[in-house]
Amino acid sequence: MTAASRAALDRAGPWVDRVFRAHATLIYLFLYVPIGLVVLFSFNAGGHTGELRGVSLRWYDYALNDRFAMGALQNSFVVGFWTALIATSLGTLAALALQRVPPRVRAIFDALTYIAIIIPGIVIGIATLIFFVNLFGWVNPWLDYVWTAAGLGAPPVIGKGLHTVVAAHVLFTMAIVMVLVRTRLAGMDRSLTEASFDLFATPLRTFVQVTLPQLRPAIVAGALLAFTFSFDDFVIATFVAGPGQPTLPMYIFSSIRRGITPEINAIASMVLAVTITALVTVGLVYRRQARQAGETAAEPLALGIAEDA
Amino acid sequence: MSERAADVELVDVTKRFGRFVAVERMNVSIARGTFYSLLGPSGCGKTTTLRMIAGFEQPSEGEVLIAGQPVAGVPAYRRNVNTVFQHYALFPHMDVARNVGYGLRQHGVKGEEERRRVDEALALVRLGGLGARRTWELSGGQQQRVALARALVNHPTVLLLDEPLGALDLKLRKEMQLELKALQHQVGITFVYVTHDQEEAITMSDVVVVMRDGRVQQQGSPQELYERPVNRFVAGFLGLSNFLAGRLVEHHPATGGAAVTIGEGMAIHGRVTDPEARPSAGAEVTVAVRPERLWIGRADDAAAERTAGATRVAGRVRQATYLGDQNEYRIETALGELVARRQNSEGGGALPGVGPGDPVLVGWRDEANLVLVA
Repeated sequence: MTAASRAALDRAGPWVDRVFRAHATLIYLFLYVPIGLVVLFSFNAGGHTGELRGVSLRWYDYALNDRFAMGALQNSFVVGFWTALIATSLGTLAALALQRVPPRVRAIFDALTYIAIIIPGIVIGIATLIFFVNLFGWVNPWLDYVWTAAGLGAPPVIGKGLHTVVAAHVLFTMAIVMVLVRTRLAGMDRSLTEASFDLFATPLRTFVQVTLPQLRPAIVAGALLAFTFSFDDFVIATFVAGPGQPTLPMYIFSSIRRGITPEINAIASMVLAVTITALVTVGLVYRRQARQAGETAAEPLALGIAEDA
Repeated sequence: MSERAADVELVDVTKRFGRFVAVERMNVSIARGTFYSLLGPSGCGKTTTLRMIAGFEQPSEGEVLIAGQPVAGVPAYRRNVNTVFQHYALFPHMDVARNVGYGLRQHGVKGEEERRRVDEALALVRLGGLGARRTWELSGGQQQRVALARALVNHPTVLLLDEPLGALDLKLRKEMQLELKALQHQVGITFVYVTHDQEEAITMSDVVVVMRDGRVQQQGSPQELYERPVNRFVAGFLGLSNFLAGRLVEHHPATGGAAVTIGEGMAIHGRVTDPEARPSAGAEVTVAVRPERLWIGRADDAAAERTAGATRVAGRVRQATYLGDQNEYRIETALGELVARRQNSEGGGALPGVGPGDPVLVGWRDEANLVLVA
């Protein structure tokens, strides 16, 4: 920038500021007004989505008594819970293992981890679907053969279901956990482990008493983010979910095709509440940790939200 | 020192990292109950030495003995040695008392007994009653004390300290120096103290080892090191020195006495500080003279003949600096620039009316001449 143009910009300063501020306001309105409207209309006393007729919890009551909606909600919670549990365990172990390999190997695995995060959901959906179909096509005849040979009666048939959704969700949420735990491990003071050894703690006790507590915020955040992503996911679940076992986003999507009712608004608002609660908890965990360690730890959260979009 | 049992011994210890030699053939014997300092510039191998004693590094060659026992292959958590880390390394997820009791708990000391010993240790470092505090709420000096208590509570054979005062401000550092020294006296545990601060090493230690590039340069009491540095590095690292290039005329190995010519054929007498050295006549040597050993007076001082010492040289003041307790003069002479310091004690102090550009006489006694061969 030349000095002259900078001077011109300086003169225009207050005006430019105002334009930028208005621009930012518009962007945020654009982002959040639709969401706000969904929440607002979920309290609608009337029967139509278009007009607001007084405030009531009528549609929440309706949604909570909707057997299909609640079944889907339960499916989502089950999938989210197992996804969080498995992704957190595997992701944490993988992060700890990566800490011990030579830097070049680590760099390759780091790259693979980031790729797993940025791959579009639709690709993961298609890929896992193809994988499962092939796997089942290979495993089921074998089971059939073994069961028949052993005279055990009707052989079990493995098919798509909530477990396949969990498997597909673990695939990418594990990568998120890995990134969070790796970041924390890298930022961990190595002398803490040494101090523990120095104070007579064996490697196992050191891990339990020092390393694990240090990693706890990252593990908690990873679990919550894994749950949130799993709970919100529509694309992947659509590909790999079994018949008659929709997750909540799948249920909402299929309901919308029959027309938008205020009930959908109520369900969407509840989903939003769950998601926001999880994300705020992650934020609080990290802020507490940052206060303890006197460092800024906002990045992992930013990363999580970026992925969501 | 030799009759007392050695708590730590290094026998021909060498440590290599790849091709880099961090410590080379080091031989050290640390007697029980001594305050022992490893002194040297950064990268001289002092911290590596400490880490080998602690068990964080294994020597490439040679042997480390703790309380007479070889410890090759013994992991850090099985050595009765504790460390105060440079940045304290307190566990942030535990309060002060849990930090201090950490080592005790690993040995099964719990409950009432743990509490009693933790309280004792905290009282020892004057932190009584702060057990319930979080470590990050404490000041740097207090964290330092917690780290000390956490190590001392285990009654280790040896306490290792890795530049523990480096992060404190000057005033606190001075206080802690005296306190550490007193504490060591009180508990009677061998302290191995790593520092790059020569003044710290001199004030606190019974024995100092000066290291450079992985090699021991000299080992002895602070007084020995200051008054009889064996080489130019030690003389320059501990305190200030005027270095004069000279040529050896003769040397009597029995007494160490030597005659040297400096400058334009000026003959002086001194002593070769290194008892091992056998320099031949004509060898190039360095003569070190401490600034406080230099006498300075006005060029026309009639008493100079009696008080100035055997070596006298005329010069001109280039710079006079007031240092509070001392006055420093930089004087241009035929031998190069000499630095002289005069204590501002009663009857001493600044030379009245002598400032930059004024002619002065500089002199010193033969005892001040430290003849350095290396």
